[in-house]
Amino acid sequence: MAARPGSAPPSGLSARLLIWMVLGEWRAQPGRTLAAILAIAVGVGLGLAIHLVNRSALDEFAGAIRSVSGAADLQVQAASSAGFDEGLYPILARLEGVATASPVVELRARTDGGEPLTLMGLDPLRAAAVTPNLLGGGAVGGGEGGVTTAEAVFDLDAITLSPAALQQSGLRVGDQVRLSAAGQSASFRIVGVLEGVSGDRALGVIDIAAAQWRFDQLGRLQRLDLRLSPGVDRSAVERLVQERLPPEAALVTPQSEMRRTESLSRAYRVNLQMLALVALLTGGFLVYSAQSLSVTRRRPQFALLRVLGLPARGMLGQVLIEGVVLGLAGAALGVVLGVALAELALRLLGGDLGGGYFSGGRPPLVFTPLAAAIIFGLGVAIAVLGSLFPALQAERIPAAVALKTGSGESAETAGQPLPWISLGLLAAGGLAALGPPVGGVPLFGYGAIALILAGGVGAMPWLARGLLGPLRRLRAPAPPIALAIARLWGAPRQAAVALCGIVASTSLMVAMAVMVTSFRGSVEDWLIQILPADIYMRLDPGLTLDPEAQARLAAAPEAAAIEFRQSFNLRLSPDRPPVQVSARGQAGAGAGEGLPLVGRQVTPEGLPAWISEPMARLYDLSPGDRLTLPIGPGAQAQVTVAGVWRDYSNQFGALILDQAAYTALTGDAGRAEAAMTLAPGVEPATAIEAFRARLPPSIAPGADFAEPREIRAVALRIFDRSFAVTYALEAIAILVGLAGVATTFSAQTLARRKEFGMLRHVGVRRGQIMQMLATEGALLGAIGALAGLTLGVIMSQVLIHVVNPQSFNWTMETRLPWPLLASLAVALVATSAGAAVLAGRGALADSAVRAVREDW
Amino acid sequence: MPAGPPLAPPLKIADLAKSVPGGRLLFSNLAFDMAPGEIVAIMGESGVGKSTLLNLIAGLDRADTGRIEIDGVDLSTLDDDARTGLRRDRIGFVFQAFHILPHLTLAQNVALPLILARRPETEALKAAAAMLDQVGLGGRGQDFPAQVSGGEMQRIALARALVHRPALVLADEPTGNLDPQTADVILALLCDQLRGSGAAAVIVTHSERAAAAADRVLTLTAHGLVAHGR
Repeated sequence: MAARPGSAPPSGLSARLLIWMVLGEWRAQPGRTLAAILAIAVGVGLGLAIHLVNRSALDEFAGAIRSVSGAADLQVQAASSAGFDEGLYPILARLEGVATASPVVELRARTDGGEPLTLMGLDPLRAAAVTPNLLGGGAVGGGEGGVTTAEAVFDLDAITLSPAALQQSGLRVGDQVRLSAAGQSASFRIVGVLEGVSGDRALGVIDIAAAQWRFDQLGRLQRLDLRLSPGVDRSAVERLVQERLPPEAALVTPQSEMRRTESLSRAYRVNLQMLALVALLTGGFLVYSAQSLSVTRRRPQFALLRVLGLPARGMLGQVLIEGVVLGLAGAALGVVLGVALAELALRLLGGDLGGGYFSGGRPPLVFTPLAAAIIFGLGVAIAVLGSLFPALQAERIPAAVALKTGSGESAETAGQPLPWISLGLLAAGGLAALGPPVGGVPLFGYGAIALILAGGVGAMPWLARGLLGPLRRLRAPAPPIALAIARLWGAPRQAAVALCGIVASTSLMVAMAVMVTSFRGSVEDWLIQILPADIYMRLDPGLTLDPEAQARLAAAPEAAAIEFRQSFNLRLSPDRPPVQVSARGQAGAGAGEGLPLVGRQVTPEGLPAWISEPMARLYDLSPGDRLTLPIGPGAQAQVTVAGVWRDYSNQFGALILDQAAYTALTGDAGRAEAAMTLAPGVEPATAIEAFRARLPPSIAPGADFAEPREIRAVALRIFDRSFAVTYALEAIAILVGLAGVATTFSAQTLARRKEFGMLRHVGVRRGQIMQMLATEGALLGAIGALAGLTLGVIMSQVLIHVVNPQSFNWTMETRLPWPLLASLAVALVATSAGAAVLAGRGALADSAVRAVREDW
Repeated sequence: MPAGPPLAPPLKIADLAKSVPGGRLLFSNLAFDMAPGEIVAIMGESGVGKSTLLNLIAGLDRADTGRIEIDGVDLSTLDDDARTGLRRDRIGFVFQAFHILPHLTLAQNVALPLILARRPETEALKAAAAMLDQVGLGGRGQDFPAQVSGGEMQRIALARALVHRPALVLADEPTGNLDPQTADVILALLCDQLRGSGAAAVIVTHSERAAAAADRVLTLTAHGLVAHGR
């Protein structure tokens, strides 16, 4: 069939009519419109703020890396602080394609005031071509404003400090500073300032000869910076360098260094970003609720327009355009909010948002227009998506029926809601949870959560009817209760509209709360298991106890037993942060004794090593596998994985070796840590005094003693700080959800004025109507809480068993935060009932007669 | 003066039958024609299908069999878009429950059919103001529906039904929500306006007074329309 010639087909929604209708609707419902805009704004704002903070922090880091790498095209870095043989330097310097090679000694040092800094020994002539900003400027011989002279550069007693190092130590150019590193100490005169070193990086530069001589590094280097000849084939040179590297050195590029920095915090950043998206998604559900209710209320209006000549797609267009405008307004507000929040977060929490990944810098805010545009678009898309189903609903309104019935209350269609689509989504979610990580990010895990959420929310009409069914069979309930049950049972889809916001925000909140509680509980248990001794001692970087000092300490009558330990970082892959290697274990006991081992163990024939869960996952290792460790000068240890232990202290992997084997391999008998078991009846404070008195005088001030309870308290404080932003984002998501509950219930209640008028005409008292509304609200809140809690616990299992292991490489046992879950359920029921009653008071303010006669 | 082509009847119905979804036959063999400017009242018991007949005429529902022509156009040859366009251009509607959009001004409500037809806003609002004047609401264009009475609501509905000069007006119980005195005023106004505009009208009503204002009265039964002599 076709349109008759001469009879113009309907032209759809005219711009003028659209403006009239949209503005008219918003004028009529300003509160609900504002709530929907704010919900989107909060989601967009949080998402953008987290992105901007991350970006600012990473930019700051990139700047820091550039400032120490300078113009180096390639870097050779030592796998551990023991460095590599300096014989590599002339070999690489003479390679074809290498223009300049600059040798570097790099040590972790501490000033006599206790401030840590990175100490670099450079060859000034070589460094001038590769890392000129590390050669410094500033004043010589006191005062300010001068420049570093050539003599100062070659002065073996001279040191140039970065502005942050000067600020931290409170020293000035011209002062003397005493530094400890690698078990040695030496004094230097501050001759200048490294103006080219950005941010809060505490750095000191001395001559390479002084560094090797004074800090026992003769013949050793920690880094070689290479500058390539112009036009040379970079990959060919990389290959040549790679072929000549000893096992204890690795080739890194500025790009791989940046990747390593990014990998430090990527999972944490992605998690926060996902939480922000959760808030945005909750906002989307709020838009859906608002639009659904609005469409239901406007059924007769849409029907009238349909009768007067607006085609069905005009309704679809109007509701979708309303969604676009809501999204545009919300997203625009969100961008402003995001920039303000990012600025505030950088000031209050720093660049890692409390995650503890980066040292306490305050990077300047970096605005990224592309990211802002993407998050803005996402906000608009979520609002449009939230409007899509209501728009389709508007398109299908049967004009004649809607005009006849007149009221939006007749919107519910008969028939039993079916759960099949929802069950399909839940099943798809279950399958997605089995997917592997993508680039170290659990994308399938997040997809699984989204599918489970969609399935759960979609099943609400079916669930509401299923749960209310038994209540309908109650014998002779009070009339208000009977009315409430009958209405909810008879209109499960309307109930679902009110419930979807509650269920979405509650389930996501519960999932996060269960995950965090499980994590915290597992960390607490782990801390008890990993800290069995009475006192722990750790020396400042650069300090160690030689065997004689160890023996003196072990002979203390206060000690029943002392296990000495040595830890260092070892780089196994240029793209990954180093793993922490610890040598430990007492004579007669294996190094793995007392470790919280998980899974099977083997007794290897060779040298055993116990690796942490993150290391097992990151390097794909399991008991029985063999591994080569470049742990000493020219030494390569072949170890076999004897077992895997749970470790929450190092996300990037840790490995434990037997200390006797470690000493035999490396010749390093020094130890910087100790776990002390006290003799019976000895007080920890007394023992600490005694132990400190037995330490060499040069080391005693740099020794920290702590009892396990103090370490546990500090660890849990750090844990809570790192989750502070998570808690805040959760709270915001739940507030958005509760706001959604309140606005949805208010809207649904206000739309029922006519019904209340009718009920009052037939003899229902005002108080009984309030009871009915309170019952409806409480029942809906209870159903929402039940569904939200169940769905949340299911989603928490995805977080615990998929997202966390794939993001952070550690596992945990589920623990349910019962008090929190109970309070949440009570809050939901109370908010729902309260919102319904408050809105009911407004709806009942009109006279019963007027309510019944009211046209719309 | 040469004679123009003969005017097509605003409504022509032949052999119309309609049953409800359960299968019960509402009516069959229904047929009648209307002359331009004629006002026909259709009466009948509740549930006999009066409103359904109006929906069929408006192209909002489909007949089982039979043919409906509006202004010479056979509805059965049109798809949904074309029927919507026909309703927009050639039919006006008056409802028992007024159906005035509460968030639009009175002038905007009246101008709706013109705006839907994409006429310029200023022209549409000017025409709406003139119509409001004709139904006795001159100068009230900027008021909102909440500020007017039931009788005034129906005047607005009447103005909206006629503002785009339709060939046919369909009125479903136009005085059903009004007191007798107001109903008489509205009926008189309806007939005056219809005659002034030259539009034909089908008025579905239970009211004898409303029926009395029509040129012809038909009673709908399960076997078709029965004419009442006048």
